[in-house]
Amino acid sequence: MNAHVTQDPATPTRNLLARIGTGHLVLAALLLAYPLVSSDFFLTQIGGYSLIFGMLALSLSLLAGYGGMVSLAQISFAGVAGYTVAIFGENNSNILGFGWPWWLVMPLALFFAATSSALIGWVSVRTEGIYTIMITLAVATAAFYFVRQNYTLFNGFPGYTGLRAPIVFGVNFRDPVPFYYMCLVAATLSYAAVLYAARSTFGLTLQAIRDNPRRMRAIGFDVTAHKVVAWFYAGLIAGLAGVLLVWFNGRISPGTINVAAAINVLIIAVIGGLKHPIGPFVGAVMVVLMQTFAIDIVGAERFNTLIGVFFLAIVFFSPDGILGLWGQLRQRLAQEDLRSRQ
Amino acid sequence: MRIHRRTLLALALATGLTAPAMAVAQAEDIKIGVLATFEGAFTVLGEDGERGALTALDEVGGMAAGNKIVVVRGSSDASPDSAIRAARKLVEQDGVKILVGPLSGDEGIAVKDYAKTQPGVTFINGSSAAQDTTLRDPAENFFRFSTDGAQWMAGLGTYAYNEKGYKNVAVVAEDYSFPYTQVFGFMAEFCKAGGKVPSKSWVPIGNKDYSSVIAAIPDDVDAVYVALGGADAVNFLTQFQQSGGEAPLIGGSITVDQTVLTSKGRLRDVLIGTPAAGPTADTNDTPEWNAFVEAYKKQEGAFPSPSLFAHAYYIGMKAALLALEETGGKLDDDGANFRKVLSSLSFETPTGKVSLDKNRNAIADIYLTEVTEGPDGNLLNKLIKVVPQVNQTLGIDEAEFLALGAVSRENPSCP
Repeated sequence: MNAHVTQDPATPTRNLLARIGTGHLVLAALLLAYPLVSSDFFLTQIGGYSLIFGMLALSLSLLAGYGGMVSLAQISFAGVAGYTVAIFGENNSNILGFGWPWWLVMPLALFFAATSSALIGWVSVRTEGIYTIMITLAVATAAFYFVRQNYTLFNGFPGYTGLRAPIVFGVNFRDPVPFYYMCLVAATLSYAAVLYAARSTFGLTLQAIRDNPRRMRAIGFDVTAHKVVAWFYAGLIAGLAGVLLVWFNGRISPGTINVAAAINVLIIAVIGGLKHPIGPFVGAVMVVLMQTFAIDIVGAERFNTLIGVFFLAIVFFSPDGILGLWGQLRQRLAQEDLRSRQ
Repeated sequence: MRIHRRTLLALALATGLTAPAMAVAQAEDIKIGVLATFEGAFTVLGEDGERGALTALDEVGGMAAGNKIVVVRGSSDASPDSAIRAARKLVEQDGVKILVGPLSGDEGIAVKDYAKTQPGVTFINGSSAAQDTTLRDPAENFFRFSTDGAQWMAGLGTYAYNEKGYKNVAVVAEDYSFPYTQVFGFMAEFCKAGGKVPSKSWVPIGNKDYSSVIAAIPDDVDAVYVALGGADAVNFLTQFQQSGGEAPLIGGSITVDQTVLTSKGRLRDVLIGTPAAGPTADTNDTPEWNAFVEAYKKQEGAFPSPSLFAHAYYIGMKAALLALEETGGKLDDDGANFRKVLSSLSFETPTGKVSLDKNRNAIADIYLTEVTEGPDGNLLNKLIKVVPQVNQTLGIDEAEFLALGAVSRENPSCP
């Protein structure tokens, strides 16, 4: 998949299509044509849902892959955006719900998500490795319990219902096909932004900081500021996913942002692979398919075991997730290719 | 080599994304979705619900009007989101036209809202028992044959005040719509009889540490009303006993259910003598109930006596099968005729006659019980009294009942 990245980066004069890469074009064509062959269920419940969780995992993989900071709180930032939509937009829980239009609520939701992410980032960049995981896990847990027990602002356990995607220029984004394309556009934007940012000056600096923060500090870079900005961007992506998630569910409750969901995002990122921004989306498709259909394979009693074993197997055979498996397969094919030429 | 690689990718994507969509179901069989909690704190409860549904199916040999019934399972973790996701999978992917479930209170309200977007599908409640699933803003295609949590409390408040002599009772309950409904049902009678409830503690589902809750129970109460379910009930009761709690207990319907009574440990000391009320009683000795218990026990992993979840799913599934039998298994008019039959269905269950009111909520008998030790040492709910044909407004005039307001943490209140 990432062949185009490594081929020859020193030719900025190549035309746009070549810069996008053939792999991306094929993928884009497939994803654009997907509604033609799929049922409504596969369009939203598998397609849309995978794209949304892919974005959440992407925001984690942005931090983890390029910044070396594993965050378990991405789902909480999505929750910030989601609850913003519920509180400032329309809901039918008869609590708050200021009824602001979507074009006002959505930027506000993204802003809150990104700001809270930057804030948590600012606190946690003082730590490294396992301690970052611990701090963000604590944030995710605290956020879950807080919204579950706060009734004046978050309506506690039941949360908010009746959160509908808007109707814009006569297009009803609650319908499966428009909703899918909306998710696809959002996911593509996030994906492209991460790809671009990774090769920008900021991205390269961030990766250098990941590899050796002390040296970067000595050269004169503001390590903390770079990391916090990375958190801000990750929060934007998580917030966008959060808005889509509440429109997808039509509701938000503490169950949406509980610790299991936070772990789910991590699993998706790890299963997919952190080396390339396509990884989270591959992981999301796998995880969503597994979680939806495992119950049909082994019955109701043990389906979570099957999911767990499957994930263990992937991580066991390929520490780099499915992307890593793909890499291994490619190597093997190349070797066979050589052999057959002899 | 490059083409080879790309073809592989394209193939993998194409098959991965579309293949499951092509697996379309066979036509003749009737699919019934069973939605229960097969994960999370209520797993044991969900599994027993499934046993109940299967008991009803086994009674008719898995057939209705000559059509084979295929059960498709969906799992939730008691959160509304997961219930909706599971319901959407059953309806939109597996194509079930009849869905039995869900199990828990807020799940029921969420599924009711979802039912409105699927008018061609018939939703029959499992054991979810929040009041507003059917009382306020009901869905045309959502049926509840299993009564609600307030109905389940019929007779308990009066019994606790008059017979047991409890004047002051503290409440410990989970913080969501079903326990609100149960507390409402209990307090409606208890406060009317003259009782006082000075303190109410609402604890989150899945809470593990109850020390602060136990410490907050006032010393001078005569009893503690506990409406917790599954693992939560076991945790609370164990810690209550360990911390030397001496106040007698009054049980919510699922607090002294078989799912809790069969758990190991020294719970029995605190539990024996606890009055409770609900849609079932273990020592009910009518032949219909005994036949049901025998049939239920044939299910794998069954409890000594069916829990109220098994009972509720049994009733729901039974109603679906009876209506299918009457319509000849036909659901081709988007189930309109099937729902018409369901609405006017009135049938004998192991626990007496069940019929529906205009909101499609059940009117049924409720059992007042007390925990006792059975002949072989296991704990049972001994039948004290049957409260016949309790309706959703608890015998109060509908307008007057609605004026009492929606159940919540604060409503009702009599400190």
